[in-house]
Amino acid sequence: MTLTNTAETQPHTAVASPTTRRSRRSWVGWAFMAPFMTVFVFVLLAPILYSVYLSVYDTKLIGGTQFVGIDNYIRVMNDPQFWEGVQRILTFFAIQVPIMIVLALGAALAIDSARLRASGFFRIIIFMPYAVPAVVATLMWGFIFGDRFGLVANINDFFNADIPSPLTSSLVLLAIANIQVWTFTGYNMLIFYSTLRTIPEELYEAADLDGANQWWIIRSIKLPALRGSMVIALVFSVIGSFQLFNEPNVLKGLAPNAISSYFTPNMYAYNLSFSGQQYNYSATVALVMGVLTMIVAYSVQHFGTRKDER
Amino acid sequence: MGVLSRYRADSPVIARAGVPRVNKSVALFGVMLFIAGYIVLPLTWLVVNSTKTQKSLFSSFGLWFSGEFALIDNIQAVLSYNDGVFVRWLGNTALYVVVGAGGATLLAALGGYALAKFNFPGRRGVFIVVLASLSIPGTALAVPTFLLFSQIGLTNTPWAVILPSLINPFGLYLIWIYASESVPTSLLEAARLDGAREFRIFFTIAFRLLTPGLITVLLFSIVATWNNYFLPLIMLSDPQWYPLTVGLNQWNAQSSTVGGEPIYNLVITGSLLAIVPIIAIFLYLQRYWQSGLVAGSVKQ
Repeated sequence: MTLTNTAETQPHTAVASPTTRRSRRSWVGWAFMAPFMTVFVFVLLAPILYSVYLSVYDTKLIGGTQFVGIDNYIRVMNDPQFWEGVQRILTFFAIQVPIMIVLALGAALAIDSARLRASGFFRIIIFMPYAVPAVVATLMWGFIFGDRFGLVANINDFFNADIPSPLTSSLVLLAIANIQVWTFTGYNMLIFYSTLRTIPEELYEAADLDGANQWWIIRSIKLPALRGSMVIALVFSVIGSFQLFNEPNVLKGLAPNAISSYFTPNMYAYNLSFSGQQYNYSATVALVMGVLTMIVAYSVQHFGTRKDER
Repeated sequence: MGVLSRYRADSPVIARAGVPRVNKSVALFGVMLFIAGYIVLPLTWLVVNSTKTQKSLFSSFGLWFSGEFALIDNIQAVLSYNDGVFVRWLGNTALYVVVGAGGATLLAALGGYALAKFNFPGRRGVFIVVLASLSIPGTALAVPTFLLFSQIGLTNTPWAVILPSLINPFGLYLIWIYASESVPTSLLEAARLDGAREFRIFFTIAFRLLTPGLITVLLFSIVATWNNYFLPLIMLSDPQWYPLTVGLNQWNAQSSTVGGEPIYNLVITGSLLAIVPIIAIFLYLQRYWQSGLVAGSVKQ
């Protein structure tokens, strides 16, 4: 799931592209489209339909499988563990996303400005964590944060201090936020930077003639141009935060007491399936969370896009 | 993608505005150096600590070398531990990347080309369904996909990991945009007049013109499959099919379970070995990523 929503910002132009309008309709295109669509139906549509089917049934040890209608959905709505997870990812989102966006924005503006030495070097270094698997990123930071042989332990030993490990239950959300900031700042920076590169030169020339300074250029030319990319970055972040799984699940191995089995809704769905054998309820939780994510992602996109662009 | 070439990739903003020289800011450089330090910190930690024995891990400062230089020993231990299971995981990861990412790129190329260059019945429907799927979070589907796959006996086989990796809606989108721009319809018409069949036209003419777009999609898919964790974790129960990510985390979990043998030095060195190839590929080809991203954002 990368960069997905770029597409939605401009679905109309391509459908009516002139190249296809000229050609007459024929089935030849399906020879090319069929392989993708076959796998698509099998790994995307079928699982969705199957989980809808599962969500309206319930399997009990005694009594077997029976149709229960919307009972599973009612159970999700009244499930404190589910809502605790939702609340946690909302908190996470509120902390992690602003920090990441501001950092990425600042870095992109710095690299795009002429005032930064070695800008190419910084661009590559900051983007690099995107290639690091979440598992490895979490292990690295988890060890660093750990009080066994991590830096926190080193600092405590050296200064005879008592810095709490970030892997305690009150701080672990910040530890995860740090890992995601570390991983995705460069990715967002690159989206912003790529957009800045597409600003027409004439705008800068005009600003220069008007005697505009750097801050004025940033405020009046660059930031407005970045609006669309900011919306994309936000939509990705909604999906990323709402589906949080890898980092908390790996950290659980290092900090078993700080992370519950229902730490995020996605972990909850996973554990319901794999530790609890509650497949029907797990499918319901996954579906509800998927729908919630889509609603929030669409809202962000809708309200973030200017009226004339919708 | 042509947009990038209009400007020199690193031409400073001020040069565009016609001012000949600008003073580099020391403060800005300092701030960026700080950010770069933050990015490099965990990687440095990883490199430094993969040179330590397990014993000196616990007794030394994390950001400096200590004790005997054990990197080579650690690498040998990683590769031979548990009958060389790490090598097996590396091979699995390579398999998933080659078949999954390669297949995803091919399917996206064929489909994107079809959307750009053919007017076929149901094209609009395909378009809407694929576009809608872009906003379905992949992880939300993982549990339902597992349940479906276990019904038909696909779980715990490589197919359970490979098949879902084959669908890359963003890749399809990127190729479709790219094909609309860089494959001239007149060229295809000419080839048709010469009597060439459609697949021949695609593989001999279009494929070449699409290459920069294909490389971008391939790289996105390679990173996604190399880093994939959630899906294989769910789908696979037999360690012999694990990719590196799942295997490494299992080694780590082993360290913290009661009675399990702690192998922190192997987890750390193994992590290093797991990121070296992907970072190398990535640094080598990073220019294509960037132009691919530009192609996506220019069209807005």
